[in-house]
Amino acid sequence: MKTPIIQTVINLLMPLFFLFSLYLLFRGHNEPGGGFIGGLIGAIAFVFHAMVFDSRETIRIFNLNPVRIIAVGLSIALISGLFALVGGDPFMTALWADFYLPVIGRPGTPILFDIGVFILVIGIVLKITFSMSSL
Amino acid sequence: MLIAVFAGFLLSILVPVVHKLVPRISGIIFSLLPAVLFFWFLSFLPRLVPLEGIIFSYSWIPALGIEISFLLDGLSLFFALLITGFGVFIFLYASAYLKGHRYFDRFFIYLFLFMSSMIGLTLSGNLISMFVFWELTSLTSYLLIGFYNESEISRKNALQAMLVTVFGGLAMMAGVILTGMMAGSYNFIDLMTDSQVLKDHPWYMAALILLLLGAFTKSAQFPFHFWLPNAMAAPAPVSAYLHSTTMVKAGIYLLARISPIYGGTTEWQVILTTIGGITMLIGSLMAIQNTDLKKILAYTTISALGVMVFLIGIGTVLAIQAAMVLLLAHALYKGTLFMVAGNIDHETGTRDVSKLSGLARKLPVTAYAAVLASMSMAGVLPFFGFISKEVLYEASLEFSAGNILIMLVVFISAVIFTAIAIEIAYAVFFGPYKETPKKAHEAPPMMLAGPVTLATLGLIVGLFVQFLATPLLGSSAIAVLNVEHPLKLALWHGFNLVLGLSLLTLLCGYLLFRVRSRIRAWAPRLDNLYKWGPEAGYQKIIPGLLNIATAQTRFFQNGSLRNYISTIIGTFIFFILLTLLTHDLEFDLMKRLSLYTELRIYEVVITGLIIVAFFVIINSKSRLTTLVAMGVLGYGIAVIFLFYGAPDVAMTQFLIETLTVVLFVLILHRLPSISSGKRNAGTGYIVVSVAFGLVMTYLLLMITGLPLDSELRSLYAENSYPLGKGRNVVNVILVDFRQLDTLGEIVVLAIAGIGIFSMIKVKYSEGGNK
Repeated sequence: MKTPIIQTVINLLMPLFFLFSLYLLFRGHNEPGGGFIGGLIGAIAFVFHAMVFDSRETIRIFNLNPVRIIAVGLSIALISGLFALVGGDPFMTALWADFYLPVIGRPGTPILFDIGVFILVIGIVLKITFSMSSL
Repeated sequence: MLIAVFAGFLLSILVPVVHKLVPRISGIIFSLLPAVLFFWFLSFLPRLVPLEGIIFSYSWIPALGIEISFLLDGLSLFFALLITGFGVFIFLYASAYLKGHRYFDRFFIYLFLFMSSMIGLTLSGNLISMFVFWELTSLTSYLLIGFYNESEISRKNALQAMLVTVFGGLAMMAGVILTGMMAGSYNFIDLMTDSQVLKDHPWYMAALILLLLGAFTKSAQFPFHFWLPNAMAAPAPVSAYLHSTTMVKAGIYLLARISPIYGGTTEWQVILTTIGGITMLIGSLMAIQNTDLKKILAYTTISALGVMVFLIGIGTVLAIQAAMVLLLAHALYKGTLFMVAGNIDHETGTRDVSKLSGLARKLPVTAYAAVLASMSMAGVLPFFGFISKEVLYEASLEFSAGNILIMLVVFISAVIFTAIAIEIAYAVFFGPYKETPKKAHEAPPMMLAGPVTLATLGLIVGLFVQFLATPLLGSSAIAVLNVEHPLKLALWHGFNLVLGLSLLTLLCGYLLFRVRSRIRAWAPRLDNLYKWGPEAGYQKIIPGLLNIATAQTRFFQNGSLRNYISTIIGTFIFFILLTLLTHDLEFDLMKRLSLYTELRIYEVVITGLIIVAFFVIINSKSRLTTLVAMGVLGYGIAVIFLFYGAPDVAMTQFLIETLTVVLFVLILHRLPSISSGKRNAGTGYIVVSVAFGLVMTYLLLMITGLPLDSELRSLYAENSYPLGKGRNVVNVILVDFRQLDTLGEIVVLAIAGIGIFSMIKVKYSEGGNK
């Protein structure tokens, strides 16, 4: 599968894939999508790259460390729940901002949580893919 | 208060950063945390009102009635001050002791975590959060004891310490739950008022014993004492912090805390004084036989802990006050002596007391601290240890009421303490100088700050006991007694029986010191006895448990994925059928089926495709074909999800199918050919599959036929936008309404990901085909 044609195509499509995954992540609160699905698409971008190049090449180019990605995702998800404690509310009470951002919409801790899920899913899929491809 | 307790947990993240930025002074920066906390806690001392704790309450998961509450009364303040005050010196000490060590930052992370857990333990206002912190101290102490992770002994002993204390922790958890069921509350304040209810309850004995198991394992009481000397494999600052002043006192803290709740009964008194008495005696007898300085200190610690348990067991005003006094006195001199032992070990390369002599010339400052601390330990006037010994004798005399055995036990252990104190202070530091493995020289200033300050404090507190110790110890004793009673401590009581006993102890201690080598020469004859001791029991139980675990794993985890799946599905079918047969559910299968006669053409096409794919799968001889057919099947199901209005599920299904195919492609060439497996051996599998399909279909038909009286659906649908600020209900449920579930799921996902990785890696390195 390591043909120049596919390699070129993948190089062009990678950013698109990733952008699409972010799009799915942020629209998820109102339309079908969300962190899990977005994360899968984001991971597929890297997985395809690993297929047509080599997983070692993918790790090198994007400087990936799946376990660290997993840890970051999990921490973000956990921290999103801790915000409420500062205000004296119970753990994981959703907090929302009063303003709107373009693309993301209204920022709030559930969105942050979803971002954590997104990152975690990417990390896990990559971890599994990389360890399988090194077999 | 929340910040004070969790500061260590949060700041521990920054430890490596700080250490990387300013490696020279990082230890000093780290010790600021306990220092700040110490003064912060100290500011509460004037605000304490006897018999009234200050309560800080925060809701954690109100839906489950779980809250975090902290209770600050004399007892918890005393412990918090002990933990943070010692923390300052230990942190300084450790930064010099482990200077340049590869895992310096890691060590401080553990210390931060441990200190916070310990503070949380002593400040917890209810049994549940106390238990959580309790377990955290077991966990962090495991990391600290096993800090020299290259050494096998170190790892083994750390594991032993953890297993023993966690065993106790489990028992304690059962005790905590029983207490909650009996009293209907976990709060210490409520429990204190309900004390009589608990004592009259038929479960009283069971709950008491379970809770005591927790306290006894943590505080190294007989027969669980053996982990403490073994834990001496830890670096010196750990021994000084965990094994003399803080963690081992957690058990004492628990006893003191539940004393107004569970105490005062005959059972309480008998169990505690017996176990405490035995521990006191055994600890001191073992101490005199050893020559390893740290082991000696460990055994004397066990003995001192035994004394405290004994005193709390007695439970009289005098005894509780004596326990509190001993707690402080012991912390002061034992913390010092552990650090002294660390200095000796660090600077001379040995800690065998028979090889050490005349060190005072080489380590003068250490010698100063050692002598002062030893005098306090021996109970010499005017040290704080003297006062402690006086009140101990007073309380025991009052309790024994002429029972000579009790007095004898107390007396013997006190004599041994004196002998050991003389040995540490005199034999090690004075007399002719003996060559040591390392060229002996004085330790760096940061390793002297702690021992010198603490040893001097032992003297100053003794001299000015009314001002320095009485306010804190008095209010602490009041909290334990739950009755207001002033504490009167004085250096001089006049000539009486107690003073006579004190003097006799010193004399006998000196005589024992003179004959110590003869005792040590005789000691190996006892070795046969240890074969029947509790440690030997531990050594037998652990391999036994491992064998059972191995056998069980072999049976259930036989390595065949098909067997696993069949077992899971088979069990599922069994229980579903059981429920269906035992419950009479009115359900007309034919009537439900007739509802599904109106099929649309695309539904038929997709279902047809799925069925075709299925037959291709079971008949194919090539894995690639199977894979493609599996893909068709999966996509078909996803399309069906789409038809029925579940775009999120469909999307996920599509992606998972895609990923599965990609992953299979990656490893396809590694898999054995399909015909090499036992392909047709499995009529059993077909039976299971068909049964599963039938049961699921039946179940689904039935469930969709039942009236949906669940309020959940409308609840989620209606509140999704107003409360969850999202129109996609599925997503709002996942990330807001049931966020905790999702958090649990992603944790499982992360663990599974790492599990797959390690499984592949282990297999891979076993095969060695790289």
